[in-house]
Amino acid sequence: MSFYANLTIKQKQVVWAWTFLSLPILFYCVIRFYPTLNAITLSFQEWNLLGDRTWAGVDNYAKLFADPVFWKVFKNTFIYLLLGTPVSLVLSFLVAYHLDKVRFMHGTIRALYFLPFMTSAVAMAWLWRWFYQPVPIGLFNNALASVGIPQFPFLSSTTWALPSILAPAVWAGLGFQIIIFMAGLRAIPQTYYEAARIDGVGPWTILWRITLPLLKPTIVFLVVLSSIGFLRIFDQVFNMTSNNPGGPLNSTKPLVLMIYETAFDSFDMGYAAAQTVVLFVILLAVSLAQLYIMRDK
Amino acid sequence: MKSWKNKLLGFASGAIFALSAGSSWAVEIEYWQYFFEARVNAIDALIEKFEAENPDITVKHNTFPYADYRTKVAAAIPAGEGPDVVQLFYGWLNDYVDAELITPLPTDMFPPEKIEAEFFPMVQAMKRDGQYMALPTAVRSLALFYNERLFEEAGIENPPATLDELVESAKKLTKKDGSGNITQVGITTGMNAQDHHWWREVLTRQFGGEPYTDNYQNVNYDDDGSGAAAMKWYTDLQNVHEVTQAGFMDEPQAAFKAGRAGMHIDGSFRIGALEKTRGLKWGVAELPAGPDGTKSNYSSYWVNAVTSKAQGEKAEAAQKFLAFITSDEAMQIWLDTVGELPAKPSAALTDENKANPVFGPFIEGLGYAKTTIFANESAQRQVLMDATQRIFLEGQTAEQAIAIAAEEEQKILDEYYGE
Repeated sequence: MSFYANLTIKQKQVVWAWTFLSLPILFYCVIRFYPTLNAITLSFQEWNLLGDRTWAGVDNYAKLFADPVFWKVFKNTFIYLLLGTPVSLVLSFLVAYHLDKVRFMHGTIRALYFLPFMTSAVAMAWLWRWFYQPVPIGLFNNALASVGIPQFPFLSSTTWALPSILAPAVWAGLGFQIIIFMAGLRAIPQTYYEAARIDGVGPWTILWRITLPLLKPTIVFLVVLSSIGFLRIFDQVFNMTSNNPGGPLNSTKPLVLMIYETAFDSFDMGYAAAQTVVLFVILLAVSLAQLYIMRDK
Repeated sequence: MKSWKNKLLGFASGAIFALSAGSSWAVEIEYWQYFFEARVNAIDALIEKFEAENPDITVKHNTFPYADYRTKVAAAIPAGEGPDVVQLFYGWLNDYVDAELITPLPTDMFPPEKIEAEFFPMVQAMKRDGQYMALPTAVRSLALFYNERLFEEAGIENPPATLDELVESAKKLTKKDGSGNITQVGITTGMNAQDHHWWREVLTRQFGGEPYTDNYQNVNYDDDGSGAAAMKWYTDLQNVHEVTQAGFMDEPQAAFKAGRAGMHIDGSFRIGALEKTRGLKWGVAELPAGPDGTKSNYSSYWVNAVTSKAQGEKAEAAQKFLAFITSDEAMQIWLDTVGELPAKPSAALTDENKANPVFGPFIEGLGYAKTTIFANESAQRQVLMDATQRIFLEGQTAEQAIAIAAEEEQKILDEYYGE
């Protein structure tokens, strides 16, 4: 106690600061860093959850890079990213841009757009899964059949299964992105627009020269967030193709689903950990690259 | 104030004494299985009987959703936290034995020669070094479910006895709408459901082959040509005869339950769910025989095992409980509540059970059933699912698809058996 009493006020503040900080630090070490490091170690080992862990060197990584399924899955993951992120951002910007100008029932419309975001992804995935079914139970195909158009193989085609899964995923995330975009739009000072109008600038130039540049922080935030989201897509794929995990001939399988199957169907924990490390590196690289490209000059 | 505290202390120590005294003569053991209502009811009934016969043992019954069960068990048992007696799928046992998480059943209480004389032969897969590691209460096999109303409507008198008859009946049962879309299938198909077992253990054998050699460590269905023939017959149901559609109504059993399928191949575990379906009139028949009259079936089972957590008097209690739930009496209760077939011919092959229109065909099937020894069931299933998809979506021939499948499956087996 006397030790504490002898400290200066500055030092006492430091002691208290660290006392309060120790809790989140401890939490992070136990809940985040320890499992992460453990997973990295595990990726160099072999373990079926039951027996002892044995060292396997780089076997898991060698197996991974020689596995054709991994490269298929790798490609799928990037298709989700490269298709999902731009489509969802353009759509949500268009909606937000126009919704911002709408006064009639503004709150209701905004709530309607936000509703899917609040719905459980699992419930939604199952609903869409049933929508996509062939005749006689699928909503879309029944509609097509009733007007004499041939059925469309939504989830049972190697070409169309992935976009069919992506569509509800984009739709579900739209509400959130619209809200963020609208907040970004509202944050742009009206004076810029007034000045532009006085100068007689057209609406197209206003969009390109004022709105979009000033929305850059919002866009960076949404691009990073939705990229990470699409790289980690799982719920929709898992639930919409649980009959045939990862779609016909792995056409919809993302990396996270492959990790899940390796870990909890095959109980090959080391191999799953190696896949997780690869996913971690991809996420890190994509996020850093985006931050670098879209940084303020 | 002080006396009040003393009193409380006295109470507490008295309670602790009473509790510890209680535990010295009552052993509590824990039993785990996955949640399936009928199974839970059956075990609850068995526990009640067991506790009445053994008042010094109490059994705590714990269940988990099927989807999480394997992971929960695999996480809990190595940590020494889980059950004393546990239900495991027969295919998982190897890994548990290798990791020494399962205690062998003592030969004085469970003499191997007695087990071999009494149980169906497939149970012998549970033997290691002269001792049994685990025992099943029930076994399951496949049979052909058929919709009696649709059969009557199509003018078919009997369920098909051969594969050719199956195709003929299926043609009569199939319905299409004006633009040729199937609205009712003759027979459900889906490699993801039970069809991969039907194909592996039944169809390949009926087309003259032996699917695996070397105790299921070597893929053989590509070498003897039976795989390609069986696969062609199976995919022709959709491609040539157009009596089925993979993934029709999402799941085969859903189509059958909804009365939109004439026939459906499934396990005995489906009986309970179908019995609850109102308005569905269904019958059961043995799986159709092959072109040369070969009959085959696939059988699987869940086993009960004593874990390494149970030591001393708990181990004794656990063994006693395991002996009880694998007795003839328990098997009959299991059959009546769950609809799964007794693991002993003495309990299964009673005249009453054989004559039962629902259980009968399954029990007949048990007599000639084979049990696949899987290295990784879901991965091996995926191989066959991919093979059918390559035929349906990429236009491969059965020979091409089977050649790839055999290579992929052999790789899985080699990896597991460490070659």
